[in-house]
Parts: sequence; C-alpha cells; structure tokens
Amino acid sequence: MTDVRLSDAALSNDVQRLDTLYPGIIEQGWKKRLLVPGLSLLGAVYLVICFFAFGVPGVIEKARGDMAQLFALDAYAHKVHAKYQFKKADQGFVVSLEGNRRSIYKEQPNWIAQSGDQAIIDLGGDGVLRFGDGVVTYTHPSYEQDFVFQVGDGVPQFVSGEEADWLKVSKTQVNARPSLYTRIWLTKSKVEVHRYFVGWENFWFDFDSKLNGLSSGELLSLAFSSDRIDPDVSNIRFMFNEFWTNSEWQHGEVYFALLQTLIMAVVGTLIAGILALPLAFAAAANVNPVRLARTGVRRFFDFLRGVDMLIWSLIFIRAFGLGPLSGIFAIFFTDTGTFGKLFSEAIENADKKQAEGVQATGASPVQKYRFGLFPQILPLFISQMLYYLESNTRSATVIGALGAGGIGLKLIETMRTRQDWENTLYLIFLIIIVVMLMDQLSGWLRRKLIEGQA
Amino acid sequence: MAAHLALAEASRLAEISQAYERVARRRTLYTISLLGLCALSIFGGLYIADEANSGGFWAGLDKFFDYPVELFVGAYEKGLVGLFGLVLQYLPYLLETVNIALVSTLLAFFFGGALSFVASRNLVSNRFVVGAMRRVMDIFRAFPEIVIALLLVLIFGPSPVAAVIAVTTHTIGALAKQFSEVNENCDLKAVEGIRSVGGNWLEQIRFGILPQVLPNFLSYGLLRLEVNVRASAILGFVGAGGLGAELKMVVDWNYGADILVIIFMLVISITSIDYLSGWMRQKLIGQTGQV
Repeated sequence: MTDVRLSDAALSNDVQRLDTLYPGIIEQGWKKRLLVPGLSLLGAVYLVICFFAFGVPGVIEKARGDMAQLFALDAYAHKVHAKYQFKKADQGFVVSLEGNRRSIYKEQPNWIAQSGDQAIIDLGGDGVLRFGDGVVTYTHPSYEQDFVFQVGDGVPQFVSGEEADWLKVSKTQVNARPSLYTRIWLTKSKVEVHRYFVGWENFWFDFDSKLNGLSSGELLSLAFSSDRIDPDVSNIRFMFNEFWTNSEWQHGEVYFALLQTLIMAVVGTLIAGILALPLAFAAAANVNPVRLARTGVRRFFDFLRGVDMLIWSLIFIRAFGLGPLSGIFAIFFTDTGTFGKLFSEAIENADKKQAEGVQATGASPVQKYRFGLFPQILPLFISQMLYYLESNTRSATVIGALGAGGIGLKLIETMRTRQDWENTLYLIFLIIIVVMLMDQLSGWLRRKLIEGQA
Repeated sequence: MAAHLALAEASRLAEISQAYERVARRRTLYTISLLGLCALSIFGGLYIADEANSGGFWAGLDKFFDYPVELFVGAYEKGLVGLFGLVLQYLPYLLETVNIALVSTLLAFFFGGALSFVASRNLVSNRFVVGAMRRVMDIFRAFPEIVIALLLVLIFGPSPVAAVIAVTTHTIGALAKQFSEVNENCDLKAVEGIRSVGGNWLEQIRFGILPQVLPNFLSYGLLRLEVNVRASAILGFVGAGGLGAELKMVVDWNYGADILVIIFMLVISITSIDYLSGWMRQKLIGQTGQV
C-alpha cells in the first residue's frame, strides 16, 4: 500500500478552488462566525447579572442547611422519644413514637434497659447513656472521657467532660446532637433522648391497630385464617379497613384526593376538547367565510388562553368554593382557548380536495364537513388532547395546591406543617408515579388510535 | 357455466358485504362505547367533583361574576392615575418573574441540550446509558415544580432562587426529552463523514448533529420560555418571589384594583411573549413548522 499524500502546494490549490466555487464555505463571514460565541457571551453575562440581581450569594449564606438535613432525615426515618420526667419519676422512661402521647410503646424497646430509677440507653453507634441518682453519664465512642451531667435538682449542670461542637450547654438546658440520628436533651424537668430509625413507621397500620408489628407472613396467614379478628367482617376486609383508615397516613383520603386530581385533568381536557371543536370550525377561514365572526372567535380563544390557569382557578374558587370542580373549570377554560387555536389551524391546513369531492356528489354543507374534513382532522384532535392530558395532570396538581383540591392540596397541607416529611415524600412518590403513568398511557393511546399500532 | 360464475361472484359479493357490515358494526360499537366512556367520565367526574367542592356548582353559578365585578369596581374607584401608579409599582416584580423564566430556560437549554445527546439512541450505542438517562429525565419532568419550590422556600427563605431551581429542574427534563427526539430524527450521514476523517464523539456531535438540530432546539426552547413565564408566576404564589408573590398578597388582602392590575400585567406579558416567541419560531423553522 502506498502512502498517498498531497503536497502542500496542491492542497492550497484545492482550497483556493473550493473557495472560488463556494464562497463562504471555508472562510465564513465575520457575522456568522461571531454569532454563536457572541450569543453565548451575551447569555453568560445575563446569567451573571441575574446571579447578583436574585441575591444568590446572600441566599446561599442564609440557607438553612441543617433544616434541609433534618427534612431529608425525617422523610425516610422516624423518631422515637424516650422521656423521663422528674415530676412523674415513678413512670421511669416513657417511650413514644414521634413524642406522640397516643403512641406510647407498651413494652420497652430493647435499646432501653431499665430497673427502678436506673436506666441504660444504648444509642447504637453513638455510644451509651446511663441514668441514675440524678446523674446522666454519656459515653461517646470517640471521646475517652465520659460526659457527666447533674440533673433533677434545678437546672442541669455540666460536671465533667471535654468540649464538643455538637454539645451546647446554656443556662437552662443541655442540648447534645452527637450525630444526625441521636439527640440528648436535658432540662430542669426532664431527661429526653431522641433516636431516629430508618423506615416509614405505621405505614400499613395504625400504632394501636391489632395488626401493627405483624410480619408479612403472619399477615398472609391471618388473611386466609378462619378465625375472625373482628367477628363482623372477614379478615381480609378487616385488614383492608385498617389500612384504608390509617389515621396518620390517611390512605383512603390520599387515594380519593388522587382520584380528584385525575378527574380534574380528564374531565377538564375532555370538556375543553368538546367545546373547542365547534368553535374551531367557526374560527377556520376555510369553513367560516365571515371574517368578523372568525376574528371574534379567535380573540375569544386568545382571551381564554391569556388569562392564565392560575387566574381562572382563583376566580372559580371564589365562585364555587375550594375543590376539584373549580379545578375542572380552570382547566377547561384555559384549554378551550389552546385547543381552539390548535384545532382551527389544523382545519385550515386540511386538504380541501376531499371536501370538494364530497360536495361534488351533491352533499349538504354539513355532510361536506362531516365526511370531507372531519376524518382528516380527527386523529390530530385526539392526539393533541392526549398530549395535553398528561400536562394537565401536572397542572391539576399545581392548581390543586393553590386551593382547587386533590392531591396538590394534600401535599401543601403536609408541607405547611413542616413535620411529617415522610407523608410529603409519600405523596410526591404517588404524584410522580401518576404523572409518569399518564405519560405512558397517553403515548400508548396515541400510537394505538392514530398510527394504528400497539 | 356463465350462470355458475355469476352465482359464485354473487356469493362472494355477499360475503364481502357481510364482512363490510361486520367491520362497520364493530366500528360503530367502538365509537359508541368510546363516546359512552367519555360521557360517563365527564358526568361521573363532574358529580364527584361537585360533591367534593366546598361550594356547589348551582350555588356558585350566580356568584361567578361577583368577583370580577368586585375587582372592576375597585379599579374604578382607584381612577386612571392610581392604576398607572400601581402598574409602575408592580413593574419590578413583573421583571423579576420574566427574569426567573428566562434564566431557568437558558440554564435548562444548555443542560438539557447536553444531556439530550446522551439520551439519544442513535448517538450512544450503550443501551443501558440511554435508558438510565431517559428514566432520570422522566423523573425530572414528573417532579412537580411546586414541590421543589416549596421545599427550597423553606430552606432558603422566600427568594426567586427557589423558583429558578424548581423551573430549571423541570425544564431540563422536558427539553432533554424533546431534544433527544429531534436528535433521533436527524440525518446521520454527517456524523459518518466526520467519523471517517477521525473526529471523536464530541466532534461528531458538534459538527455533525448540532448544526442540524439547533433551529429545532431553539424553537422548543422558545416554546418553553412561554410555559416557564406562566410557571414562575404560579411559583411566586407559593412564596418564590416575583409577581405571583405580590398577587398572592393582594388576593389575601382583597385589594380589588391591585389584583386587577397584576392580572392585567400577567396577561399582557404572557400574551406578548406568546406572540414574540411564536414569531421567532416561525422565523427559525419557516412556515412549514417541523416542530
């Protein structure tokens, strides 16, 4: 094989020939060459200006990173409080879920060993806390010296131990947070230990439900067992009821709210499509010859679309009250405008030969549009509606959060209380799954109906 | 013989017409059941929604115009000069909302554009990478903006930064999907040409794909800008700054004139951005409109 190499002279000759043949191919004009770098620079400058206009440095400085960490922790973990009150010393340590007075463990968990007024609390990786005779001794695995506090008689006192950045001693209380998972809190009246455990506690059944704490195998055998827990209903039904009426997770209400959101999206989209159809014919130049009427309908579409869904939902909430009905109206008002515009454009772009063919057979105007035009644009209508169905599911969540009910409102409620982040995370999961399912479903239907393939 | 043929033909015709009728019947059945399903979901849905609403449809129907009338009366009392003063007062907030949308769209345009190449089946041979990328984009897209914004408002305090991050996240997911579809529809000959002269993957994308897809990318980006102006107005409503935050405040305090002015400003700006981006898109991709 021979190495074919062009001499430099031959190459430059070729380049010159190309340049005279196709000017601007090799050496582009400066305008064209500067366009992309120039635009990028402009964009970058704009972003930098906005960086300072939005006060990003200040925002980052003031950001509550600790809060974010706690939110995140609370979203996948649950907290157990062990509380000793000096006024109720005879109770010893009372262990409860999230400090809830109704969720007190009847049996002490295995990380608390208690006898009389002495207690040893095993904090797992964060060491051991011993309590007795008004003294709290905390042994941390990475500190040689124990932390000793005097409690029970007036304000807690720091007796001995090193300084640690996770330990805060004030005039009235001692607050120790050796890791995200453990908190020790001493005040004049109580000794309190909080421990976080991974998992969504009581997701299936309430804390005091008869079914709580049973393993899945036990539940399964119970479901098919003939011994009824509640003599009135079968075990499966009983289990479902316990799940559905779970007071903390509110599964029943959550799924009903989800249904409301779906109803908002589906009904809103359907009504918008049905209303927009005749209006779109009235706005199409090839159907409606009266220019004034056409323009009127078009401006009506612009008005419906331009007044945003947010504003429509505010108006309807004022009229019909909070709830999904207001959401349906907000969606169909906005989307009638959108569909009207899209549909009328589709009608105008339709091939008129078919309509003429139908007319040539002596058809009436209605028949002309029904058989000559309608079959051409129907797939487009359905396809547009399916596209919007998915986006409306998301919009329904958003306007729901503004007061139109459904899962959006539930979500805002759980977020506003600034605790129960596990409930928030659960709702977010549900919303994401539903939006993705709607996306898949509308895509599948579109393929099936329009392209005729599964 | 001929009679025999005619008989065969007639029976065949009858068969065909029977088959036709069968198909036609089935079609009618499908159509009727589909329409029935639609009617059922509309009326059933409206019934459930009406029950769940705090006020009913019929009770609220005559109140429909009360609120708008209230707003207009408030605006009338304010007078023209007063209204103009309000416009000036709220103009900075409108600018903030538009800026939130513009910044988010820009950021998402770059990130979504870059990620879309990894999510295109014809540009990345590793099926797993493409699939994983697409799922991530699905999640980005499905994550409701309002949730991210609310979370960030709690962490950052009320600030437009929350809205920017929320809208950007969502838009990256949305644009990357649309962009990757554009990528998959483009002509690979240019890529082959660049590969044949020894261009690496990045060069193949930069010189082979990007010039083909950029007009479509820009067009989708402009379409998104429109959507994002609406989104940033809504996010303001949950405390993420801009005109939405002001709207929330005056709605809570029931300042008729202020509400009307803000609504008016929102509608005007959304409509004008709508038209502007529509005009630019038409310039970019021509009358035919590939998008």
